[in-house]
Parts: sequence; C-alpha cells; structure tokens
Amino acid sequence: MGMPVIVKIAGNELRKTKKDLQKVFDYFNYVDEEYSPYKETSQVAKLNRGEEVSSEMKMILGLSEDLKKETNGYFDIRRLDGKIDPSGIVKGWAIKNGAEILKKLGYKRFYVDAGGDAEIVGKNWTWGIRNPFNVSEIVKVLELSDCGIATSGTYERGQHIYDPIGKKNIILDIVSLTVIGPDVFEADKFSTPAFAMGIKGIEFIEKREGLEGYMIDSRGIATMTGGFEKYVKK
Amino acid sequence: MLSALVITIFVVYALHTNLENESASSIVIKPNTVIPTPLPTDTPVATLGPTPGQAPLQTPVPAATPQGRYKNGTYVGSIADAFYGNVQVQVTIFGGNITDVTFLQYPSDRSTSRMINSQAMPYLIQEAIQAQSAQVDGVSGATATSGAFIQSLQSALSQAS
Repeated sequence: MGMPVIVKIAGNELRKTKKDLQKVFDYFNYVDEEYSPYKETSQVAKLNRGEEVSSEMKMILGLSEDLKKETNGYFDIRRLDGKIDPSGIVKGWAIKNGAEILKKLGYKRFYVDAGGDAEIVGKNWTWGIRNPFNVSEIVKVLELSDCGIATSGTYERGQHIYDPIGKKNIILDIVSLTVIGPDVFEADKFSTPAFAMGIKGIEFIEKREGLEGYMIDSRGIATMTGGFEKYVKK
Repeated sequence: MLSALVITIFVVYALHTNLENESASSIVIKPNTVIPTPLPTDTPVATLGPTPGQAPLQTPVPAATPQGRYKNGTYVGSIADAFYGNVQVQVTIFGGNITDVTFLQYPSDRSTSRMINSQAMPYLIQEAIQAQSAQVDGVSGATATSGAFIQSLQSALSQAS
C-alpha cells in the first residue's frame, strides 16, 4: 500500500509470534497486489481498463457506493481525472482484516498501524496526534482501547483530497481531521469524506453515532466533538 | 510540477524481534523512499503553531523527486491565500533535489473569531494546539501541506526548473 505498516503485539510468545506476524504481512502484500492503483495487474487497474474484476473488488465497489450515499457524495472513489481509486476505503478495510487474523489466532492485545491509521485491540494503548505543522511534535495524547483511529490530511500519499461536491481542487481551511470509531474501517471510511467537507467536517462526525473527531485548522486551532474528551490523556 | 510531489514507493520488508517483556515482536514493512517521519519521543512543552515573530516552521521534505530535476539554490515561493491568512514557503535544492521546505509566512491571526459552531452544534469544543511531552505507543496525523502551501511550493519549484 506504499506506506509503513507496523504490527505491535504485547506479550512474549516469540516463536509463535513470528509465524503469525508473517500471516498479517502476507495479507497486506496480497492487498497491495490486488488493490494498488499503481500495479498493472491489480483489480483497480483492471477496473480502469474496463476488464472483468474479482467478486471481492465488486464487494468493495458496493461498499463504496453505500458510503457515497451515507456521506452525500463527499466520499467518491472516482477521481477528477475519471479514474476509479478505492484506496480511501481499502485501507481501513485491510487494516481491520489484518487485525482479525491476529484475533483469530488468539492475540488479545496488539495494534495494526498502517501510516498512522490503526486498529487498536486490548486496553490502554497510548496514542499521539501529530502536529500537522511540525511532524516531530505531538499535540494530543490519547488513551485508546478496542477501537480504530484514522487521520485525514490534505496530502494523502501524493493525492490531494478534493471536494467532490464543490469540485474545489484542494481543501484550504483545515489541515488534519482525526476520527476515532468502533474499528479502523469505520474511522477511516468517514475521515476522508469528513475532511473533504472542510470546516463542516467535524459537525458531520459529531452527528454520526459512534464517531468522535479532532480537527485542526490552518490557524492551529483544534475543534473536537463533544465525546472526544473521554479519550484524552493530555 | 505537482508530479514532483507524487511518491514512487518501493516496499522493502524487515522483520524485527524484541526480547523485552512488554512488547514481543513487530514486523515493520517500510518503503525505501520515505517522507521522514520521526519516531514519537518526549517533546518540549511549548506553545506552538504559527505566532508572529516565531522562527519559520519546518516541514517534512516531499520525497522521491527524480534525480537532478531542479537547479541547486534557495527559492522563495509566491504568497498564497490560506483562507485564514497567507502562506509563503522557501525551498532549498541541493544535488538537484528538494532538501528543505520552510514556511516564511503562515497564518497567525488567532484572534479572528469564526463561527464554527452553529446554533445546533453547541457541543464542539475548541482549543489552540500545544506540544505535549509524552511517550506514546503510536502516532496518527497529517501534515499541513495545505493548498496554499502547495501553491507557494509550486511557484518556488518553477523557479528552480
């Protein structure tokens, strides 16, 4: 998927752990092969060439269509150049699936983190929100248990988030929106379209049951949803 | 010009083991061309963010520009409108590549009151962001490569082409 993936497991069953981590690693490899927009043989490339795609790709397209409706069009896998790119929904879905692999293997306390979006399993992991103006600083310290966290920003892996409704090319007024949800698929699904809504995005998160958010605007002022406080350590 | 910011990433795999009690093993799958992302560490407690008179803010360096694409030197981009104020960046090119991007101007008008909360949304809470010092297990976040930043950057890079 073109970003660092970190899997961290609490505990010390070393021999068992190496093989199990390999399974997660292999799964992300599979996701990259199947869903990378940059690989000619991926389902995404096939889709954009008008070729037949897998049933799993069709399922993802279905999920994307549902999400487009739920977000009044602010989530849209069709880019400005007409190509389809479902990366915005694949990422959270894949991280959640990676975590499921470890859960099924009996692990109770771990996290799976891909580029800062993470599925957090077990109690009391300490998590930071990066300062968008200075990446070596943290501006919020959270205590997270059994949830998912995802952050959207203007510059996601080389692609600009644009406003599919107003067709503005780049969101100017906010720089970072972090969403916490019941799992990383839910958090990640909504963080991108909420970001595309600009300043109104945090209201969208506030209105949605089960999601909390922390938005930072281009002045360095943060706006958080009412229930976000419960995650805050500092 | 913006293609300079498109990242071509090749994935390299590494397996690490950790014999400490608390955390057993981790796999880190890293691209070998990266935007530098420092590990979470204790950070100095300070009010941060754009304030008048502060030193220019550092930003992460956009990675993976083709070799020798730009002329060496330091270039100042145009002033771009970032909705709450102006953004202006300065780019340093060394060895034909971007080695540093610095903010010369950044919106700092915090006294402006903007109606973010509508009457129906009284629950939203606001605060100025502040650096926190803490050990953390992981970090989430975005970089403020806003549209205005990109506009100013683009104008600086066009001088270096």
